[in-house]
Amino acid sequence: MKNEDHHDIPGTYVLDGEHSRKGYHLNMFCMSLNNAENREDLRAGEVTYLSKFPMTDEQRQAVLSRDWLGMLRLGGNIYYIFKLAIFDGLNMQQLGALMSGTDMTEEEFKKMMMNGGRRIDGNRSKSESHNG
Amino acid sequence: MAKIIAGLGTSHIPAIGAAIDHEKTQEAYWKPVFEGIQPVRQWIEELKPDVCIIVYNDHASAFSLEAISTFVIGVAPEFLPADEGYGPRKVPAIKGNSKMAWHIAESLIKDEFDMTIVNEMPVDHGLTVPLSLMYDKPGAWPCEVIPLCVNVIQYPQPTANRCYNLGKSIRRAVESYPEPIRVAIVGTGGLSHQLQGERAGLINSEFDENWLDHLVTKPEELKNVSHIEYLREAGSEGIEMIMWFVMRGALDDRVKQVYRFTHCPVSNTNYGLLALENGS
Repeated sequence: MKNEDHHDIPGTYVLDGEHSRKGYHLNMFCMSLNNAENREDLRAGEVTYLSKFPMTDEQRQAVLSRDWLGMLRLGGNIYYIFKLAIFDGLNMQQLGALMSGTDMTEEEFKKMMMNGGRRIDGNRSKSESHNG
Repeated sequence: MAKIIAGLGTSHIPAIGAAIDHEKTQEAYWKPVFEGIQPVRQWIEELKPDVCIIVYNDHASAFSLEAISTFVIGVAPEFLPADEGYGPRKVPAIKGNSKMAWHIAESLIKDEFDMTIVNEMPVDHGLTVPLSLMYDKPGAWPCEVIPLCVNVIQYPQPTANRCYNLGKSIRRAVESYPEPIRVAIVGTGGLSHQLQGERAGLINSEFDENWLDHLVTKPEELKNVSHIEYLREAGSEGIEMIMWFVMRGALDDRVKQVYRFTHCPVSNTNYGLLALENGS
């Protein structure tokens, strides 16, 4: 019997209702970066700009320290937090490496992709990855 | 009478748009991708659809968590490219077909698909990259576009079965439109990819190839695959693949596979392309 709980998928932060509720203001801060004027304001002073959004202190700290996994754990969604990554001039491979939870470099991440990507075997469920 | 003449499935990876915009298509990394899509460009050139219904998802560009619609239809006469954080893509404005889009919206709602009807929205890479894949860099897009946007970001997404049935309803809507318009329907997104978390970079080519086989010949067997199965096997962003079911549902039960191409990797994704026509 397969586990039908999406929390069982390792290294994956599914934007369900609970996650969305937790991350709403963090994600909406990221959303604001679609606007060029807002990007300039953030560049002028991050702490001041962040104060406009009622995030938790933990979320604010994760943004300021660019703790990408932290942002995901605190309710962030990749399509939203990627806007902050774009703001920093990062691409998806750099961000992928930074989120891997290891000291993987961008080059190593790119090499993994060129070799067919991260393997599904051993990455299907938390029980499997703990055993593997 | 309007008619659906073709179905196309394609990933909508933003890096493909960037490669076209910045003239990188002949570089070693990109050359096999653009060679691989060439037959579809020729096919589209010969088919010359008047209208493309493009089924895509918005990536926090026009819509946000502020209001989450499961199915959106764009009824405007024009849609402009969105600023996704880099400034808008320098591609032509997208011409809609407001009259036909309203007809489809009304028909879908009467058929119990309760659409969100949108008059003003920018469109992001989810819609513009498929256009670039099909038409390269024209001065103006050679077809009108009816955007059909699906929530694939907030869980739970619509089921693949719901998307499949929406496709069937779209076909009824198109075929009840009195003008002789030739319509192509484009399902976009996927194939397997995961952009987020410690599992970022996940690709599952075996799942994708098997999925494509079934989508073409046995969609009825594939349509009940669960969300969790897509999230687990195709990656958290691979669930975009459900949008190809809208395209598939709008076609005959039996279709002719005109062309199929996959290439791994394009950016962090297993790229997929599928061209279908009605009949066997």
